[in-house]
Amino acid sequence: MFYYVDVSGARLQPDSFEELAMPLFDSLYNFARWLTGNREEAEDLVQETYAKALKGFSSFQLGTNFRAWMYRILHNTFLTSRSGLKVRMTVALDTGEDGPELAVERDTPETILVERSNRELLQSVIEELPAYFREILLLCEVEEMSYQEISETLSVPLGTVMSRLSRARKTLRDRLRPQLQVGTETAGIAKGTNHGL
Amino acid sequence: MVCESWKAKLDTYVDGELPSEEMRAFDTHVHSCSSCSADALRRVQMRRVIQVAGKRFTPRAEFRKRMQQSIAPKPQRSFRLRWMLAAAVVMLVVGTLTSAYLGKRSGTDQVFSEIADLHVATLASSSPVDVISSDRHTVKPWFQGKIPFAFDLPELQNSEFALLGGRMTYLDQTPGAHLIYDVRKHHISVFVFQERSLPAKLDENSLSPKKLSFSMETWSQGGLRYFVIGDASAADIDVLAKLVKAASSI
Repeated sequence: MFYYVDVSGARLQPDSFEELAMPLFDSLYNFARWLTGNREEAEDLVQETYAKALKGFSSFQLGTNFRAWMYRILHNTFLTSRSGLKVRMTVALDTGEDGPELAVERDTPETILVERSNRELLQSVIEELPAYFREILLLCEVEEMSYQEISETLSVPLGTVMSRLSRARKTLRDRLRPQLQVGTETAGIAKGTNHGL
Repeated sequence: MVCESWKAKLDTYVDGELPSEEMRAFDTHVHSCSSCSADALRRVQMRRVIQVAGKRFTPRAEFRKRMQQSIAPKPQRSFRLRWMLAAAVVMLVVGTLTSAYLGKRSGTDQVFSEIADLHVATLASSSPVDVISSDRHTVKPWFQGKIPFAFDLPELQNSEFALLGGRMTYLDQTPGAHLIYDVRKHHISVFVFQERSLPAKLDENSLSPKKLSFSMETWSQGGLRYFVIGDASAADIDVLAKLVKAASSI
């Protein structure tokens, strides 16, 4: 869903802020919670985001992407928060190129995950990702933002979005693989034991 | 490898971010290449599971309520609105007192007082007229189908009066026409009702020249009952009444 505000010639009223901002509340909170890792900080972050957005709503550039604008405020607010400062200490390397994966694998993290619907495992692996990977992955996969929107939200060039996203996905796959293999082996042993009985 | 260049763009393809020409070429390739199609499928599956897993947290209801309250536009009572509220309170008090007083009076007095109330209440309203026009040929047709009778409005050229507009009104549940005129910043109401629908046979002689400090005239003409009321001088009320009478007798 896109939130482009078409207000050619129209003035932005306080009413329209509420109308535009509240539908984003759930997803902004979800994003904030993933970033901060706890409820209190997520609520503070969302609250501060809305307060800043409301204050700056009159300066919101007409015809631009309201959703990306809100996420950018939240992201920038997070970066200046206590937990955000920790994230800034970790430098994202965006120059790395990933080679193509050519081999056709039968049991890949994707297929195993789909088969098992192992949501909790995936959530814990996402949680463990560096924040700059986690946020770009969530913006792309969960919020279904385009590269352009992500670029506006994170204030990074399009090329950075693409390379960082690619590395985030690769890191996720790499971290999932051993955990899923352990799970598969355990399941296999259990299965074998049962057959033995 | 043949697919190397395709594989490098697989994520961008699955994200739907390739330029349209490349997208079409990729589509064609994926349909003919089992390796790339399997890889694309896996990435789509991964996207789906991340999407489901990523929608993990929901805000507390009280937090949502608090946030909604904090960004809801604060009601700003304008100066004009405050005056209107004050006027409404005064009206309510006057109306209540008047109602209590009316109970003790004759039907004629009651009708006259209700006409005075209608006049005051309308002027206190933020939208005193439903049809806004100084053109009698606009205002008169507006009443068609709204009231069970027709009436004529006077030609006001070369007079000091100006028609501001009209609205529907009710007296004892009887529909009627309410016209508002302006003369030297004084507003004058002209009410027209069906005579037979009024609650009491009116005794025009019992009408005192001033009702609640308003000047009022009333007469019956062609089965219709006319009331002219306002805070303008009795002479102005009389002039307007004569103009209305003249228009109705044509």
